[in-house]
Amino acid sequence: MPERRFRVWRGDARGGGFQEYAVEVDPGMVVLDVIHRIQARQANDLAVRWNCKAGKCGSCSMEINGRPRLGCMTRMNMFGADEVITVQPLKTFPVVKDLVTDVAWNYERNKRIPPFKPRPRGADGQHRMMQNDVDRVQEFRKCIECFLCQDVCHVLRDHDRKDAFVGPRFMIRLASLEMHPLDAADRIPAVRAEFGSGLCNITRCCTEVCPEHIGITDNGIIPLKERVVDRYYDPIQWLARRIFGRGGEH
Amino acid sequence: MEQTIRVGGHARGLAATGRTDRWWVGTLLTLLGLTGFVAYATWAAFQPGHFFHDPYISPFSSPLLFVRPGAAGAAPLQHAWFGAWPSWWPSWLPASPSLLILIFPLSFRLTCYYFRKAYYRAYAASPPGCAVGALPRSEYRGETGLLIFQNLHRYALYFILVFMVVHYYDTFWAFFRDGVFGVGVGSIVLTIDAALLTLYVFGCHSWRHLLGGKLDCFSCDASSRLRHGAWRKASILNASHGLFGWLSLFWVAFSDYYVRMVSMGRIHDFSTWG
Repeated sequence: MPERRFRVWRGDARGGGFQEYAVEVDPGMVVLDVIHRIQARQANDLAVRWNCKAGKCGSCSMEINGRPRLGCMTRMNMFGADEVITVQPLKTFPVVKDLVTDVAWNYERNKRIPPFKPRPRGADGQHRMMQNDVDRVQEFRKCIECFLCQDVCHVLRDHDRKDAFVGPRFMIRLASLEMHPLDAADRIPAVRAEFGSGLCNITRCCTEVCPEHIGITDNGIIPLKERVVDRYYDPIQWLARRIFGRGGEH
Repeated sequence: MEQTIRVGGHARGLAATGRTDRWWVGTLLTLLGLTGFVAYATWAAFQPGHFFHDPYISPFSSPLLFVRPGAAGAAPLQHAWFGAWPSWWPSWLPASPSLLILIFPLSFRLTCYYFRKAYYRAYAASPPGCAVGALPRSEYRGETGLLIFQNLHRYALYFILVFMVVHYYDTFWAFFRDGVFGVGVGSIVLTIDAALLTLYVFGCHSWRHLLGGKLDCFSCDASSRLRHGAWRKASILNASHGLFGWLSLFWVAFSDYYVRMVSMGRIHDFSTWG
């Protein structure tokens, strides 16, 4: 079995540093497997969050050679034979211990999003919608909340504007609610003001790192920004609304 | 839970990153590509002549609003929408038709959702790459401050739709010299230019939104079903919006260059007209 060299950041909120490990790697292993082997054989106190090992729970988010990735979906054979593999916690969120970060901010922000508010039922007492109407929304529902998009978003990562921007994950949650054919709530003012759609400068890193390949930018954020334009920056639409009422938006 | 971001071992500062791949290659190519285009377009915009060679007109000069009769390589007077070059035009500015119109396609590309990514990364380092340190700022405001004009992309779209029609008009007449149908290399160059512009514009995010993306219900009535079909087709093009953006950018500059070279006599335009 070939031996590979790993640099793993060890520490907590007070500080820490990189620790080097030489690990035997079997064919077919992923980075999370190697982290577990280090944990089992060399560093029993190494902290890592994980659950499904199948790319569906979103727990094992980490930065591998500087790129936000899921540890369980990063195969060892993608690295060069002599490459040193550096593993770090997510940069955007506070470190709890080693590779574990505190992502509670995300859940707190999520609570502020106005929930689904169903339209009144039809004359026959039913809610009806067609598959065509929810295809877009279903793409967003693939999100596993790994928060890699939040981690890579430079508005949060480099500029630390958590006070003003909700981040890509919750922009697509907002999009999934706003585009839902049975939803009656109006979140566009909040998308612009409280959730900060204008801070996104659509550099698409969120889309690049999404392990579910959700079109976060093209299908979620940009359509939301266009809806904000409809409401606030388009005088023709404004005039249409004045003349034709709410129908002017459509 | 305050802490500095150095906890975790992350580098901090402009272009700081732990990435070991060649993340800078894409940014560098973007920088070179956009800079090359801007340099050529600026030079071409200040050239008063050689934008026409019967039956070709450079897309940089069309729609041709005014023309200065007698200028080398200029179109005949009857080609201009409003006739002879205006007398009020400042003498220190060359009488170049491009200067009157390039602002419209430029504004479309400047506010394009794809090109915004490209130049924010390449010129503003905001950020230069994914998980690569952005240019530090005292207060990042994104597109809410000076860049709020980006919200008017759809107006630039309206103008470019008109330009697209004009391009097709020019392309149609590029197959007729003195009323005789024929095909020249220039006819093909201008046809490709119009086609690439169409593929780029019809994949535009604002176009896609206005066609049907703004609807919540695609199945509610005949109109929304029709718009859903249009939205789906725009979505197909939208998936390659960046690719068509680059191809059309390169080709429009090449089309201008080709017409200019033919007009200057430096390239022979092979054609069925002989």
